[in-house]
Amino acid sequence: MSRPVRVLVAKPGLDGHDRGAKVVARALRDAGFEVIYTGIHQTPESIVQTALDEDVDCVCLSVLSGAHNFLFRKINDLLKEKGVTDMPLVGGGIVPDEDKKKLKKECMLEIFTPGTSLKEIIQFFKKNIKPRSLSH
Amino acid sequence: MFQKAIKKNVQQNHSAPKRSFTTISDMEVPALVTPEDLKKFNAKEKLGEPGHYPYTRGIYESMYRGKLWTMRLFAGFGTAFDTNKRFRMLLEHGQTGLSTAFHMPTLRGFDSDNLKSRGEVGVAGVAIDSLEDMEVLFDKIPLEKVTTSMTINGPAAILFAMYIAVAEKQGADIKKISGTIQNDILKEYLAQKLWLFPPKPSMRLITDIFEYAAEEVPKWNTISISGYHIREAGSTAVQELAFTLADGIEYVRYGVEAGLKVDAFAPRLSFFFNCHSDFFEEIAKMRAARRMWAQIMKERFKAKDPKSWMCRFHTQTSGASLTAQQPLNNVARIALQAMAAVLGGTQSLHTNSLDETLALPTEESVMVALRTQQIIAEETGVAHTVDPLAGSYFIETMTDKIEEEAWKYIHKIDELGGMVEAIDEGFPQREITNAAYHYEQQLNRGEKVQVGVNKYQIEGKTPIHLLEIGAEVEKKQIERVRALKKRRDQKKVAEALKKLKLTAKSSENIMPSMIHAAKAYCTLGEMCEVLWEVFGEYKDPAII
Repeated sequence: MSRPVRVLVAKPGLDGHDRGAKVVARALRDAGFEVIYTGIHQTPESIVQTALDEDVDCVCLSVLSGAHNFLFRKINDLLKEKGVTDMPLVGGGIVPDEDKKKLKKECMLEIFTPGTSLKEIIQFFKKNIKPRSLSH
Repeated sequence: MFQKAIKKNVQQNHSAPKRSFTTISDMEVPALVTPEDLKKFNAKEKLGEPGHYPYTRGIYESMYRGKLWTMRLFAGFGTAFDTNKRFRMLLEHGQTGLSTAFHMPTLRGFDSDNLKSRGEVGVAGVAIDSLEDMEVLFDKIPLEKVTTSMTINGPAAILFAMYIAVAEKQGADIKKISGTIQNDILKEYLAQKLWLFPPKPSMRLITDIFEYAAEEVPKWNTISISGYHIREAGSTAVQELAFTLADGIEYVRYGVEAGLKVDAFAPRLSFFFNCHSDFFEEIAKMRAARRMWAQIMKERFKAKDPKSWMCRFHTQTSGASLTAQQPLNNVARIALQAMAAVLGGTQSLHTNSLDETLALPTEESVMVALRTQQIIAEETGVAHTVDPLAGSYFIETMTDKIEEEAWKYIHKIDELGGMVEAIDEGFPQREITNAAYHYEQQLNRGEKVQVGVNKYQIEGKTPIHLLEIGAEVEKKQIERVRALKKRRDQKKVAEALKKLKLTAKSSENIMPSMIHAAKAYCTLGEMCEVLWEVFGEYKDPAII
């Protein structure tokens, strides 16, 4: 029996721009995903801990402060340290194209930048995010 | 009869099935407004004369004929050295005031060498850790002559203290220096989310600033009560107006309850509005804001000084309205928004730069933003006549309508016991979140249009040059603050922090010990640590 896909929507870093994270969280919820929203001002460590505690299938990271290069990589490193390799990271925020390319190569499944439609985001999640195997 | 016929006709002609005739905030807009609609309109009561109660037409008699608005572009990136250079460039090119953007760690009360600051140093604003950085930031800028606005809220008292210390070091008379600290903590809980402490101790810091500045720095704008961030977080125009004024009411109430005379501090309260893309809605909002605030101050708080009645405000064009797609189109959006702000009677204006959905602006794009204001001021002629849209059937009915809707929210917040209580309840946060989601759904369904985003898209991207903040900034700044921490007089630092803690615990005004600590080169992070110990922290209620 399939269970709903569980998504963690998290806001790492120091900024408080949570409009995008909240709109996406709500849209995913309305589209049938199980959504956990961390609230703002989370450290990479606390996000990884929540992801593990809640056993989510995907972690969404919203950063609008410009610190995406550091924060996305850090969260990816912490997950690897914990031995988690099947929990994709999806980013959102003000991320210049150059950074986006590099980050997608290194650690991010996708990064959504301003102007992306909710439709596009939901379609992406439906297509690409599946429940992780129950055997881990 | 004739007018009714026209009205009917216009409505029919335009009743194409799918186009909606609502403002960007989803307010119904009539097809035609006629003298009939203004039949009961009492111009004397509703408008008055410019420069007089209720200030609907502007707070000065001659408005921009007397003096143009202050062109004030928000700037800050990298180290204090980098931003000082940008400040001086802007002043050289005709900018008339400064506006400082601090980096995230400063906004949140952390030093650059704090682990929480990794990746954020100098990125979204300028890194300021101590008085040493402030001295560099304002190097060769005479603070007695230039007015400076500082977007700082949680740690506003600390940055204000550092600014006073720099001014004194420059030999300026602090009774003559002028500028603004944003210092609006309520909208942090509502929208911007950069708080340090819980609401009650934060309100105490704010009333301490009101009291101190009234005596010692009388030309300083002690608060900039901000709708800007509320709007950017997704509110409607009416919500922006209502929540901002409700925040204003709360600050005045706290000031009065702390024993201050209303006319002693109210003249130094200032406001900050967003200017979004819906042209007339924005103009009407600004006119309504002046009329409502005048009434609130005169009738509710019994202020006697006309300066207490004036809603003086800064405006910034809407960042959220800009698009990453076809970014050059943003120049047009910004120009139209800036024009609305001028027609709305703003006192100062920040025009965004076309590249700000992608990064902090380059020198080149900032120059276009500044020139946009200069074109409006010097070429279009809109600044020649005071409140030129007054009396327009449409503008006046819209101003009335926005006012009416905003009062409903204010009454609701009154019923909840004021803004601090309403925030505690989550009421305004929920309203904003719902409005943001509603708008996003309208975009999704194509009911609202963003050119280049959900209509008139093109394949491929317009390559534009972006400002990059190198990783060396963080390294440099960390070294700088660490070196300061080693070099300074430790005994003085310890003594100043101890004194700050004692004052925080007492009911004494905190400003003198803040200034004392700033002068001893205590860092921002150290001062905040002390205050956290006394005041505690505040956690995000995370309402979605």
